Amino acid sequence: MKFKKALSLVLVCTMAVATLTACGSKEEGGNTFKIGGIGPVTGGAAVYGIAVQRGAELAVEEINAAGGVNGVQIEFQFEDDEHDAEKAVNAYNTLKDWNMQMLMGTVTSTPCQAVAEKTKEDNMYMLTPSGSAVPCIQYDNAFRVCFSDPNQGIASAQYIGGNGLAKKVAVIYNSSDVYSQGIYEKFAGEAANQSFEIVAAEQFTADSATDFSVQLKKAQDAGADLVFLPIYYQEASLILQQADAMGFAPKFFGCDGLDGLLGVENFDTSLAEGVMLLTPFVAGDDDFSKDFKAKFGEDPIQFAADAYDAIYIMKAAMEKAGVKPDMSISDMCEAMKKAMTEITVDGTTGTGMTWSADGEPSKEPKAMVIENGQYVAM
Amino acid sequence: MTSFLSYLINGISLGSVYAIIALGYTMVYGIAKMLNFAHGDVIMVGAYITFLAMTAAGMPPVLAVILSMILCTVLGITIERIAYKPLRNSASNLAVLITAIGVSYFLQNVALLIFGANTKSFSSVVVYEGFQLADGEINVSGVTLVTILACIIIMSVLTWFVNKTKAGQAMRAVSEDKGAAQLMGINVNGTIALTFAIGSGLAAVAGVLLCSAYPSLNPYTGSMPGIKAFVAAVFGGIGSIPGAMIGGILLGVIEILSKAYISSQLSDAIVFAVLIIVLLVKPTGILGKKIQEKV
Repeated sequence: MKFKKALSLVLVCTMAVATLTACGSKEEGGNTFKIGGIGPVTGGAAVYGIAVQRGAELAVEEINAAGGVNGVQIEFQFEDDEHDAEKAVNAYNTLKDWNMQMLMGTVTSTPCQAVAEKTKEDNMYMLTPSGSAVPCIQYDNAFRVCFSDPNQGIASAQYIGGNGLAKKVAVIYNSSDVYSQGIYEKFAGEAANQSFEIVAAEQFTADSATDFSVQLKKAQDAGADLVFLPIYYQEASLILQQADAMGFAPKFFGCDGLDGLLGVENFDTSLAEGVMLLTPFVAGDDDFSKDFKAKFGEDPIQFAADAYDAIYIMKAAMEKAGVKPDMSISDMCEAMKKAMTEITVDGTTGTGMTWSADGEPSKEPKAMVIENGQYVAM
Repeated sequence: MTSFLSYLINGISLGSVYAIIALGYTMVYGIAKMLNFAHGDVIMVGAYITFLAMTAAGMPPVLAVILSMILCTVLGITIERIAYKPLRNSASNLAVLITAIGVSYFLQNVALLIFGANTKSFSSVVVYEGFQLADGEINVSGVTLVTILACIIIMSVLTWFVNKTKAGQAMRAVSEDKGAAQLMGINVNGTIALTFAIGSGLAAVAGVLLCSAYPSLNPYTGSMPGIKAFVAAVFGGIGSIPGAMIGGILLGVIEILSKAYISSQLSDAIVFAVLIIVLLVKPTGILGKKIQEKV
């Protein structure tokens, strides 16, 4: 009993101290830019959140070491949302308590839509590195670094048609995921204008993402010579293995979700040989990839590059707009909105990136093919 | 016809994985009368141990599986001792259920911390390639054969163990009436611990076979198959050992056939609709026994 009392006393003290320190930090600030980040650092989508956090931290460190933005240092804080809309809003509120002035986030589409509603209310500038669903940036205060889902779907269809990669295409997509569904719909729409036909469109859901034998068999029976996979790499690695086991060897074509396929530990990369994907970034010999690897011990994925670019894009816009740390969130947002349409940024995920007022980036997608266990530009 | 047969075999292959997981569920429920929702995550731990033993330590598959079974058994007993036993007498059944869900999340997040979120590709422990029928139209993989075989062996051994041995008799007694069993001199705690030990050992085997058949391993690998297997166990009649196997295989076959012939998007809805219909007609499941609750 004594022990329990002592324990509760300790807990109460810790809580009290925690509240006090939280108050304390509120008083400070005013001489730094406070940029918040939100993304899944735990949970099923943790790969993306961790990559974004690391990419952003690397960029912030570099910028601060080089003297900051307009001579002012950046403070960066990253909160976990576990790829959950509710937790993302909680994370947003936590960051606001920390006096966040701009948001670099969120990482995944569903939470991003929820947070976009909040930033709209507060008129806070937000730049999502990788929220690709259309509604992520439906308001004028929100911008993104990556391509939107529709753009990826249309670009994929045009690429397959334009290069004559296939006559009969099968699609396997995740109908429980906005990313996958969004790409598929635009892909199917654009396919009507192209020289190939979609012979099979098969779905799976997050709850039945282990066995793909039926979907593959249907694609095979329909005589598909290319299978389009607008999905994430975890499922894609299973699909490649199961297709191989049943002796079905079409061409495979995917979008940026397939980035990471070669990073699956113990995966037989010979299965991925010839897989094509549209992605704006692959790790290579550039400075960013080297610095990232030196700091974190692994190659950056596209999400890390998006986040790294996001911070530099914010820096460019902040310099263009001449924002100061003591401006109100709303004034800062207005200045940033204007500056975003005026800047041109050369980053790791594209050169000569520009933005329109609706928040969409303009950059060229790059097609890659996997050869000898490496991504090679097509 | 050949494509129907090929779908059927795929269904049996998926179903046998559900079945082997369901055996562990049903075993623990049958004896301890609790739903061990952490079962799916013990499967994941078992698969990780085998994966590490094979890749990092370079062990042969058989040794790796045995090591994984031993460690999972220890894990199962530990979980039971720390998380479930203290709640057994004092609290309501609901408390134990919630604790089980807590243990499930605990295991997932510890695995996330230790192994990271990156998916790992599991190399099959089954060396045999399988065979082909009808000029290569139908492909029966080695993993499917081994899983079905393992399922039948485990089912038979468990049935024999529960019905014929002294420890099995004690288990049945505990299942029927804990208080009376204790009065008869049966070590109730020991018996339940033994049940968890066996259940967790089975989980390790299930994990290895699950990941051999569908070689993608991450901290959430066990959770969805775990829930499906729980459904399979209810479907077959929870508490019934042959029921778990029948339920698992039926579930897999229904899932694959509805994907193939109705809609790949609706397959889960159909599976669960079938479950509801079966339970409406036969509330105890296909092989479940009707037990009169004494008031």
